Amino acid sequence: MSLLDVRDLSVVFQRRGERPFTAVDKVSFSVEPGQTVGLVGESGCGKSVTSLAIMGLLPRRGNKVTGEVNFDGADLLKLRPDDMRDRRGRDIGMIFQDPLSSLNPVVPIGTQVAEVLERHRGMDRKAAMKESRELLDAVGIPDPMRRLKEYPHQISGGMRQRALIAIALACKPRLLIADEPTTALDVTIQAQILTLLKQLVDETGTALIMITHDLGVVAGLCDTVNVLYGGKVVERAARHELFARPRHPYTHGLLSSVPRLDSPRGERLHAIRGSVADNIPWVEGCAFAPRCDNVVDACLEGTPPLDPTATGGDLRCNNPVSEEVAVP
Amino acid sequence: MSDPITRPVVGTPRESVDPAAVEEKREGTLPRGLDRLGERKRARLEQLAQATADKGGVSLVRDAFRRLRRNPTAIVGASIVALFILVAIFAPLLAPHDPAQRFDELTKNLTVDNIPGASSEFPLGSDPLGRDFLSRMIHGSRQTLFVGVLATLIGLALGVLIGAIAGAFGGWVDNILMRFTDVMLALPALLLAISLVAMASRSSQWTVILAVAIVNVPIFARLLRGSMLAQRESDHVLAARALGVKQGSIVLRHMLPNAMTAVIVQATLTLSTAILEAASLSFLGLGDPDINRAEWGLMLGVDGQRYFEVRPELAYYPAVAIIVVALGFTLLGEGMREAIDPKSRR
Repeated sequence: MSLLDVRDLSVVFQRRGERPFTAVDKVSFSVEPGQTVGLVGESGCGKSVTSLAIMGLLPRRGNKVTGEVNFDGADLLKLRPDDMRDRRGRDIGMIFQDPLSSLNPVVPIGTQVAEVLERHRGMDRKAAMKESRELLDAVGIPDPMRRLKEYPHQISGGMRQRALIAIALACKPRLLIADEPTTALDVTIQAQILTLLKQLVDETGTALIMITHDLGVVAGLCDTVNVLYGGKVVERAARHELFARPRHPYTHGLLSSVPRLDSPRGERLHAIRGSVADNIPWVEGCAFAPRCDNVVDACLEGTPPLDPTATGGDLRCNNPVSEEVAVP
Repeated sequence: MSDPITRPVVGTPRESVDPAAVEEKREGTLPRGLDRLGERKRARLEQLAQATADKGGVSLVRDAFRRLRRNPTAIVGASIVALFILVAIFAPLLAPHDPAQRFDELTKNLTVDNIPGASSEFPLGSDPLGRDFLSRMIHGSRQTLFVGVLATLIGLALGVLIGAIAGAFGGWVDNILMRFTDVMLALPALLLAISLVAMASRSSQWTVILAVAIVNVPIFARLLRGSMLAQRESDHVLAARALGVKQGSIVLRHMLPNAMTAVIVQATLTLSTAILEAASLSFLGLGDPDINRAEWGLMLGVDGQRYFEVRPELAYYPAVAIIVVALGFTLLGEGMREAIDPKSRR
């Protein structure tokens, strides 16, 4: 049985007097225990909203969440707020994008780690501090004894993200959601943090949902990748399959627009034309159609279905990139 | 990792100077031939880490204090405030005479159009009742400090309570509390204070303190409510919620401490307005009816005004004292605002 099974999750933002906006549109995916699943897409495609909806962290007003989020035999969307609060941090951990603003600026690091331990594992302050020290050590923070008493602004960006990982993994959750954990870090630190995440996830058997727009992150970490566009899954495939033979024109475009060291000199970087603003609503056709190179008439007649592919993935496209065309 | 696409991003060089990089090396991600080089580099890194180890960072408070010390206006304000507080504390030692005692040397020359001026024994001369004016000025500082600080603290406590509840709960609670503060803010401060004092059956210094405190409640409440709402949307509060931290701890440990800075600065500024408002109430005859109590506002209002043509100094000294002290608190408050408030940081 899957650890997490998201079924037809939709999030509609609605403000009085405004047209409702569908940020996440019937997204389904599942995560097996210990598996790493990627949610990939550009800004505004609904990645972060999906994760917040799973965690039950969306504001109470102004939005409507429908569908099912089955975790460990319970539908998280139907849990009482108190029960959900008990699960957050204990069963499901989360890491955010900006490590500086995600830490409380007026509380020392150690206290922030200890807070979770006290909350979910019922430790007293002394035991929690001792455990915090070990946790900071485990995520590779040098001199953890000193760091315990330091404030977030006193340590480096990479160390802050390590501290956040320590906090998220403090209660050994079975699922960790990482929402663009490396976006705010520079490249050298990014690699370290990813290596650390991979190592910790392997050691503890925690399943990981990796939300990112960075295909390099996906390539290094994820077992399965879900490509999101305009709030819908447009392609799902195993990592190697996706990188070797991207079928959806959007995935193909994303992969070809990654700068590469081994491309011929002087070759122009490929770009997907247009921007997210050109999207058409899914009900009228494929949202990606206005930007697509492979567009055919059928693309403007209703939402294409998400069909299984021969290689075990899923694809939502009328005219996919042929399997023979590898990434240029 | 074998895919060519990952190369530019994931396969980055590991020559980072970050001491944390040392940890990475142990994980054996380094090619085998480079092991010895890695060993040397690690030693060097540890050495570097040692060298920078005991520097440590500075806390937010110490950082703000350092900035405060470099600001000349804040220094002037702090000096005035410090002097004022010292005078208030040591008033009985500093004052040459008992402020309530009437001296025969002074009363015998006292007439409607003559109030004795400075003499060697009474440096600032007499007040209209034949008491030593200097001693009354010095003792007046105690009264001013007492009323100002207490009124500010009570106002701060009530304002923080209202603001925290409004900001933490939002929704209709916020709406009701904020409409209530709107009503209070709609009235001019002094007018509101006068009406509050007038409502009391018998005026005493406590009615003055309470009136001034209540006038300041909506200012604190509004300010705190605003920053609490901003905190509610902040990333670290979201992160705390993602960890399942209880609502109570989120409000008390994550939102309130981060929202308090603006309120603390405002409290310093409010001290000066509280002093002015208390003095105004006394000036208008709404303060403490005890004629033996030395109070700058009362001295200015009753004695200073009535005998202005006979001895204008009776008005000048209390007026200047009130202005200087209020200015001191304002300068200190502005300095603190600049030091603490991140938005005005250069």
